[in-house]
Amino acid sequence: MNRRLATGAARRKGYRGMEYETVIGLEVHVELKTESKVFCHSTTGFGGDPNSHVCPVCLGLPGVLPVVNRQVVEWAILLGLAINCRIASFSKFDRKNYYYPDMPKNYQISQYDLPICLGGHLDIEADGVKKRIGITRLHMEEDTGKLVHQGTITTTPYSLVDYNRAGIPLLEIVSEPDMSSPLEARAYAEKLRQIIVYTGVSDGKMEEGSLRCDANVSVRPRGSTRLGTKAEIKNMNSFRALQRALTYEVERQIGVLEEGGRVVQETRTWDEGKGVTLSLRSKEQAHDYRYFPDPDLVPLVIDPAWVEEIRACLPELPEARSARYVEKLGLSAYDAGVLTAEKSLADYFEACLALYPEAKAVANWVMGDLARLLNAAGQSVDQGRVTPERLVGLLQLIDRGEISGKMAKDVLEAMFATGADAVRVVREKGLSQISDEGAILEVIRRVLTENANVVADFRAGKDRALGFLVGQVMKKTRGQANPDAVNRLLRETLQEQG
Amino acid sequence: MISEKDVDYVALLGRLKLTDEERKLYTGQLNNILEHFDRLKELDTAEVPPTAHVLPLKNVFRADRTGPDLAPEQVLAGAPDRDGRYFKVPRIV
Ligand SMILES: [Zn+2]
Repeated sequence: MNRRLATGAARRKGYRGMEYETVIGLEVHVELKTESKVFCHSTTGFGGDPNSHVCPVCLGLPGVLPVVNRQVVEWAILLGLAINCRIASFSKFDRKNYYYPDMPKNYQISQYDLPICLGGHLDIEADGVKKRIGITRLHMEEDTGKLVHQGTITTTPYSLVDYNRAGIPLLEIVSEPDMSSPLEARAYAEKLRQIIVYTGVSDGKMEEGSLRCDANVSVRPRGSTRLGTKAEIKNMNSFRALQRALTYEVERQIGVLEEGGRVVQETRTWDEGKGVTLSLRSKEQAHDYRYFPDPDLVPLVIDPAWVEEIRACLPELPEARSARYVEKLGLSAYDAGVLTAEKSLADYFEACLALYPEAKAVANWVMGDLARLLNAAGQSVDQGRVTPERLVGLLQLIDRGEISGKMAKDVLEAMFATGADAVRVVREKGLSQISDEGAILEVIRRVLTENANVVADFRAGKDRALGFLVGQVMKKTRGQANPDAVNRLLRETLQEQG
Repeated sequence: MISEKDVDYVALLGRLKLTDEERKLYTGQLNNILEHFDRLKELDTAEVPPTAHVLPLKNVFRADRTGPDLAPEQVLAGAPDRDGRYFKVPRIV
């Protein structure tokens, strides 16, 4: 059986018995977190009044000279290396010409036939099946301005334009049409985002628009080698939306073919509320971009030494980090995958390890109780109040027998809510575990007196009775007695009395 | 050869309104230019690398530093129409 068939999602049977294959390629735009725009010194800062982050260059006033931001080129190379691309030794910028007021100069500076990075790949896993997705290219371009309509673009009497975003540096990463299900497309997009965030070139926030995915989708009868007519899907603002939109679109196209129709090549927008893709039939689609080399910008000649310098700056990427956790720290592949999914979480984990080198214990707390609290609060680990020092402080209290593992969960919760350290929470809540044997013995004697019938059961050989007695002691100490000590002392006392 | 239809298409892309006379005039002129390119094409350029830029320059960069932005009144000074601090444009589609 074909490996891919195992994913199930790769094929779908139409009601006439025809089987279809899905073909998906993604175009991902990522906003770089430079200080200044790509071709001018205007700030990339978020917010600000409309048209307050603009200068003559990004406003496209006559006679200005754009000059490329070196950081943008270096980050393009860095990300290109991280996704296994080769770096072009010669590259240039081109003008993409179009009439639309989101750019004041009627063209967008992009890269056309000589992009800076070519031919990479990413390895993904969807439904437990591993697959390599090809990357066609990575190129640099500038973001466009923002249009504000009164109602929708087709009904508004006029539009307002803010050019603060115009000229913010973007990298566009174009995949090969190698994905054969919406799930694979999502896995690819998530993997790409993970790597982008690891390299530090962008915060990769899809909901805030610093990572944008467009998808080319087509279906074809199974076994056919010709690609079906594709639709381009836009406006998917989360990974979940990406998967939903593609699932809808695949079904829609199969439906069209099943009814004897033809899929039209067009751009469609995802309507999150209605859960459908809608055709964007507009004049906008009569594209003829007439690319030509931008005469204002000189070519880039990238020598191998520069590439190697940048390669040396590559951080440890998620796959390598995860493998290291398995090999060097003895974690399971699953745990290593969870810990390295987000760079911030892996950094946190390692900061804890530097203070407390017990990988499994730290991993359990980070992935378990801490992750649960962070998820519930919608926070990432670097936003939380439990610093690595504080988590380690908690683990040390457990080690010293001052609190039980069970109590530590409550202590962590209080630490998370208040930002206090473990010692303070324990002191203020009076949670300190009772390890004083005299105090425990006193409680045990009282429990045995009050439960004479249970003691009799125990002596008659009912082992379960012991559990009940332990429970009573724990209850009377409000869970603060050291359970090991309770067990031991209870047995000793029963033996002495018996 | 380019036709008057091609000229109309190019005019559309450039948002130009042409009179009949202009259309004829530009069709002739553009064909003259293309003929000249046909002559250039006769040269053997197999050994000549394509030109990406007319100046012998490469790798001109600026550092990632911010500088002063324009004052709001300067930004909008040349705008045909505005609404507060926004540029205002006619309906797009
Ligand atoms: Zn600017």
